[in-house]
Amino acid sequence: MPAVPALVRGLLTAVSWLTSPLTPDDYLGLVNPLLDARFPVGRVTAVSPETADVGTLTLRPGRGWSGHRAGQYLPVDVEVGGVWHWRTYSLTSVPGREDGLLTITVKAAPDGTVSPRLVHRTFPGAVLRLGPAQGEFVLPDQLPPRILMVTAGSGITPVMGMLRTLMSHRTPHPDVVLVHSAPRARDVVFRSELHMARRQVDWLDYYEHHSRQHGRLAPEDLGRLCPDWRERETWACGPAGLLDTVEDHWGHEGLAERLHVERFRLTPVLPPEPDAGPGYRVLFTRTGAESTADATTPLLVVGESAGAAMPYGCRRGVCFGCLTPLTYGRVRDLRTGEVQERTGQMIQTCVSAAAGPLALDA
Amino acid sequence: MTPLDATETTPGKHLGEELGEELDRIRSEVIAARGADDACYIRTVIATQRGLEAGGRTALAVSLFPPAWAAGTAMLSIAKILENMELGHNILHGQWDWMGDPAIHSTTWEWDFLTPAEAWKHTHNHLHHTWTNVVDRDRDLGYVVFRMSADQRWRPRHLAQPLYNLVLAPFFEWGIALYDLEPDAVAAGRKTWRSFAADLSGFLSKATRQLAKDYVLFPLLAGPSALPCLLGNLTANTVRNLWTNTIIFCGHFPGDVQTFTEEHIEGETRGQWYLRQIQGSADIEGSPLFHILSGNLGHQIEHHAFPDLPSNRYAEIAPRVRELCEKYGIPYVTGPLWRQYGSTWGRILRFALPGR
Repeated sequence: MPAVPALVRGLLTAVSWLTSPLTPDDYLGLVNPLLDARFPVGRVTAVSPETADVGTLTLRPGRGWSGHRAGQYLPVDVEVGGVWHWRTYSLTSVPGREDGLLTITVKAAPDGTVSPRLVHRTFPGAVLRLGPAQGEFVLPDQLPPRILMVTAGSGITPVMGMLRTLMSHRTPHPDVVLVHSAPRARDVVFRSELHMARRQVDWLDYYEHHSRQHGRLAPEDLGRLCPDWRERETWACGPAGLLDTVEDHWGHEGLAERLHVERFRLTPVLPPEPDAGPGYRVLFTRTGAESTADATTPLLVVGESAGAAMPYGCRRGVCFGCLTPLTYGRVRDLRTGEVQERTGQMIQTCVSAAAGPLALDA
Repeated sequence: MTPLDATETTPGKHLGEELGEELDRIRSEVIAARGADDACYIRTVIATQRGLEAGGRTALAVSLFPPAWAAGTAMLSIAKILENMELGHNILHGQWDWMGDPAIHSTTWEWDFLTPAEAWKHTHNHLHHTWTNVVDRDRDLGYVVFRMSADQRWRPRHLAQPLYNLVLAPFFEWGIALYDLEPDAVAAGRKTWRSFAADLSGFLSKATRQLAKDYVLFPLLAGPSALPCLLGNLTANTVRNLWTNTIIFCGHFPGDVQTFTEEHIEGETRGQWYLRQIQGSADIEGSPLFHILSGNLGHQIEHHAFPDLPSNRYAEIAPRVRELCEKYGIPYVTGPLWRQYGSTWGRILRFALPGR
C-alpha cells in the first residue's frame, strides 16, 4: 500500500483525540484489518506449494507496511489456538511490485507449531501480523560486476528474492553464478524457475548440486564450478554446516570481507552453557548484568542480586507488575511448571525461574 | 509464632494447605484449557464495545432529536461500562496476556477512565489484590475515607461517610484518580513528592484528553446538538460511575465479608492467602448478561482467588469453588445485587458510628 499522504496522517492525529484512549487504527482495524497501521497485517491471497514441504504465501500488505529490500526476511505473527507466535521467513518477491503484493516462502519444520500450519493449512483470506522487514543480507545499491551465490536447502529463498529483483532490473546486469545444493532434484525449491532463468538470461550460471548422490557441497566443488570465486562478491545462505565451511574457506584465503552470510535461526542463539555448576547463565541485556540462576530461584531475585533494574510488584504472581520481556531462552512458571520460550514474551519474573540459559530485557 | 498460636489466633488457618492444593488444581485446569474460544470471546467483546461506542457517539451527534439522545446515551453508557469492567479491569490484570497479542495486553492497554492504567495497576493489582481486606495494608478497605471494619479506628469524620458515598458514587472515576495518586501516602512519608509529581502529571495529561473528548470535542462536532450531546456524555459517564461503584463496593463490603489484621497474615502461606481472598470477597448472583456488564466481578471470590484467569472462565469454576467452601466449612458470601447493595450500605452506616 502506498505511503499515506500527509493530509490523511494529520487527519488521523486529529481524530485520535476523539478515539482516545484508543487510536483511530483500533477502529479502522475492526472495519478491515488491512487499515490498521498500529499493528500492520497482511492478508493471504494465495498459497502455492513449491516442494513437498515448502510453500509460498502471497500477501497483500495493509497500511503500515514500509517495504523491503531484496534478501531481507519478514517477521510474521501467526495465531495458533488463540496464542500469537512470531516467526521470520524470507521475502521472495521483488520489492515494490506493481500489484503491491509480496511473497514469503516457508519450509514446514516437521514438528513446528507455525510453519506446517502456514504451508499446509492456511487459506486465502487469512490475516497475519507483519513486522518491519529486517536483515542485512541484501544486495548493495551499487551492484558489484561479478557475484557468486552459494545456497543449500531453504537457503535459496532470500537469494531467490535477490535473483528475481536482478531479473526485473534493466541492464547492465552483473555476472551471477549460483551454486545451490539440495538432497535430491525434487527437493529443489524454485527448480523450474531457476532452470528457465538460466536458459533465458546470459548473465546467470546456475549449478545444482545433489548431496544425496554427490555428498555435501565442499569448497573444491565451488572452485570447480566457479574458478574465479576469489574475484566475486559472495552471498551464502543455508544450514550452519555449509556456512561454517564457507566462512572457514573464505577466511583462510583472506577474503572474509567479500563474503555475506545469512544464518537462519529457528530460535535465537542461546548463550553457551556455563562450564560447571548447577545453574544457568542469565543475561540482563539492558543493565548489562550477568548472573547464574538455579531452577528454583525467581528471576526477579536473581536480577535484583545481580544489580539489574527489575520492575517489581507483589512478588507473588498476582499483580503483573514485574513483567519483563524474554529476549531469548526458556523460563519455567514456578506455580504451574509451564515452560515459556516465546521470544519477546512478557515474563512474570517473581514466579518464574530459569529453565535454561536465558536473557531478559531488564 | 508457634503453630499452636497460629491455630488459636486464626481459626481456619489449618484449612489452607489442602484447600490451596485443590484451588491450584482448578487454576492449572483452566490454564491448560485456554485457547481459541477464549481469544474469540475477548475479541467479540472488544468489537461489540467499539461498535456500541461508535453508534452511541453517532446518535448523540444528532441528539436534538430526543429518541437519538436516548439511544445514543444508552449505547454510550453500556460501551463505557463494558470498556471499564469486562475489558479494562480484566485486561489490565493480565488475564489475556497469555495470547501474546500486543493489542490486548496488560502492558499496552489504556482505558476510558480518568486515571491512567499504570497508576491504577499499582494501587489495584499490587496493593489491593496482595493485601485484600488487611486493615492498614489494603487501602481499598474504605478507600482511605470510609471505615469498613471494627479494626479500623473510628474518627468523628466517619459520621459523614454515608454522605461521602452518595457524593462518591456519581463521581467515582474522580475518586479513583485521586486515590491512585496516593496523597495519603505522601502525607505519611511512604511516597516521595517527586513520585507524586510524576503521577500527577500523568493524571493531568490523561484527564485532559478524557475531558476534552467528552465535554468539548464531541459536543462541538455535534453543532446544533452540542448541548444534548454534552449532557448525553455526562449522563453516560455518570451511569458508568454509579454502576462501577456499586459493583466494586458489593465485591468486598457486604455483611459477612471478613477483614484481617497484620498479625493474621504473618507467615501466610499460599493456601492461607487463598483462604483470605475467599473470606474477604463477596459474589453477586445474576444472569450471564449481568456478569458481562459487571466485568464478571459478580464472581468476585473467584476473581480474587485467580485474578489472572480469563474472566469468561469464572462462571464455570464458581460452583467448584463454592463446593470447596462447603466442604471445608468456609462461608461463601453471595446474593442478588439488591441484597448485596443493601448490605454494603448497612456496613457503611454501621461503621459510621463508633464501636461495631
